Amino acid sequence: MTFRIHVPSDTTAKARGADRIARLIEIVAQEHKIDVEVRRNGTRGLYWLETLVEVDTDAGRYGFGPVKEGDIESLFAAEFYKGNVEHSLAVGLVEDIPYLKRQERFTFSRLGITDPLSLEDYQAKDGFKGLENAIKLSSQEIVDTVKESGLRGRGGAAFPTGIKWQTVLDVESPKGQKYIVCNADEGDSGTFADRLVMECDPFMLIEGMIIAGLAVGATQGYIYCRSEYPLAIENLNSAIQTAYDNNLLGADIQGSGKHFDLEVRMGAGAYICGEETSLLESLEGKRGLVRAKPPLPAIVGLFGQPTVVNNVLSLAAVPFILDKGAKAYADVGVGRSRGTLPFQVTGNVKFGGLVELAFGPTLKELMFEFGGGTRSGRPLRAVQVGGPLGAYLPESQWDTPLGYEEFSQKQAVLGHGGVVMFDDTVDMSEQARFSMEFCVAESCGKCTPCRIGSTRGVEVIDRIRAGKNVDANMELLMDLCETMLDGSLCAMGGMTPFPVQSAMQHFTEDFVKNAASATQAKEV
Amino acid sequence: MTTSKAVAWEPVTAQALIDDLKSKPGALLPILHAIQDRFSFIPEEAVALIAQSLTLSRAEVHGVISFYHHFRTQQPGRHVVEICRAEACQAQGSRALEDHAKAALGVDYHQTTADRNITLEPVYCLGNCSCGPSIRVGDEIHADVDATRFDELVEGLKTDRVEILL
Repeated sequence: MTFRIHVPSDTTAKARGADRIARLIEIVAQEHKIDVEVRRNGTRGLYWLETLVEVDTDAGRYGFGPVKEGDIESLFAAEFYKGNVEHSLAVGLVEDIPYLKRQERFTFSRLGITDPLSLEDYQAKDGFKGLENAIKLSSQEIVDTVKESGLRGRGGAAFPTGIKWQTVLDVESPKGQKYIVCNADEGDSGTFADRLVMECDPFMLIEGMIIAGLAVGATQGYIYCRSEYPLAIENLNSAIQTAYDNNLLGADIQGSGKHFDLEVRMGAGAYICGEETSLLESLEGKRGLVRAKPPLPAIVGLFGQPTVVNNVLSLAAVPFILDKGAKAYADVGVGRSRGTLPFQVTGNVKFGGLVELAFGPTLKELMFEFGGGTRSGRPLRAVQVGGPLGAYLPESQWDTPLGYEEFSQKQAVLGHGGVVMFDDTVDMSEQARFSMEFCVAESCGKCTPCRIGSTRGVEVIDRIRAGKNVDANMELLMDLCETMLDGSLCAMGGMTPFPVQSAMQHFTEDFVKNAASATQAKEV
Repeated sequence: MTTSKAVAWEPVTAQALIDDLKSKPGALLPILHAIQDRFSFIPEEAVALIAQSLTLSRAEVHGVISFYHHFRTQQPGRHVVEICRAEACQAQGSRALEDHAKAALGVDYHQTTADRNITLEPVYCLGNCSCGPSIRVGDEIHADVDATRFDELVEGLKTDRVEILL
């Protein structure tokens, strides 16, 4: 009989050797004359277990991980391909691993189960059912469904997706052309959920974009993906080609008379292009300079036409909503944060990976019950949530429930769901300096508070770290942060102060420690 | 991007790449990518060709090239090694890795080793944030890179890789 074995194929699994593991399994199986079929699934997102090798059995998929090259012989000796066998790397039925079982995988229901490029796999797991329903609805009905789901922009700004779509639906295009633009410029450190959608379930994004097109009357879509994600771009292009070949893109989609074209465009290493107006400039072939708002991109967007700009995760949530219904999505969550958010637990973490949960549990539960604390085993000290523009949270704030409003009450952001954990070896004045340094490197340069403020910020923090006039410089830094907050054109300059101020406020000791030594040095 | 497969500058090839893409809306970035993928950098001669084909000024094309970190106007080494500098990798020891890499290669960021083999670049996030520190060599990402692993990877770049078993 043929044993079917699954080896993950996403960037992190590959970075941990999955390609060589897959090849080795085939070679050793041949040597042992065992008939195996190695399939490449996405990843379950349980990254500490990568490379997680799974074996099909009647009871479900049995897993072995983390498998390294040196483990292959002993796995074959234990006849791992039969599934339920004794081995030090055996993790039992994958679906029963608590880390996975306790999640609510609405968006990522197929993650790691299917072959990312197999349309058949996608359709066998509810793929394109949302589109099937959407084709039967009017544009307004689709928009209403998304409104009812309570879906808010998953890029970080949390603007209600349905309201954005309504604006684009209602406005007339001067040239008769509207656009759907997918923001796949996932630049936030500590995030990879967009990458997982594109690498492991690209048809889901395609489906979400077609539905968005039907909802607002747009016939052209662009996915703007960062150049740091070569595999995501490759998989998207392959899936888009398959979709065209199967009449899921192009003219008269599935006999509906509807038209939608889709193309991937590659960014070029500019963090600022994750800002929607900068992204549009870049798509138009220009420098990614931020535009002043208004006008909103929904009214004057790409090439001056009405444009929906949505994050990958927002668009990826749409097929579920159109398939299972708005209520199924809105039924979970907390307060005004409805549905699920795929959190990414990263940095110095023992069990890092993707954790899709309904809004509501606390940050602490995420970091300890899922993350298992730090990888170094040292005490956890600071956590940055929501990317490089998000605040650092001290222990006193770890009980905050994971919800948009709950976080903004603490001057923090949930952003794109990235959680970066630091142990007690972190120097928070160094982290604050990095936030300013990053802004120097990535500012588009259009507005002064961001362009110049960040440079001055690095200088002031350097003086503080050297112990020079610490009190006065701390005051100056706080003042500079206020100027950037109030005076910047977009979130780049406007939010860079969040990590800086939170570090100053909650970890003051890291800023003033050199003040004492400088004074002592003077006295000596 | 592995640059060892890149070819020497040929205006005819460049013009063909430009002509293939120039009718796309917002064609400049796709063209710049195509040129850099083929020649490993964007030579001055290419700027003139692109400007003419898109009816832009050379200054406009240059302005776009200089805005984006990804585009380069100098020939890089045979391999480009990018080290992630972002927070999730910092939390896992990337600052020490950066120092080690610079010392081991004898170059700073944006520089190429004397033997023209490796160009070192910073990168802000490779999306491998649970398993850092991360580096990118060509189109391959490597996880859990400490000083020892870095040295092994660099050693592997010194000779052309020979695929024997895998």
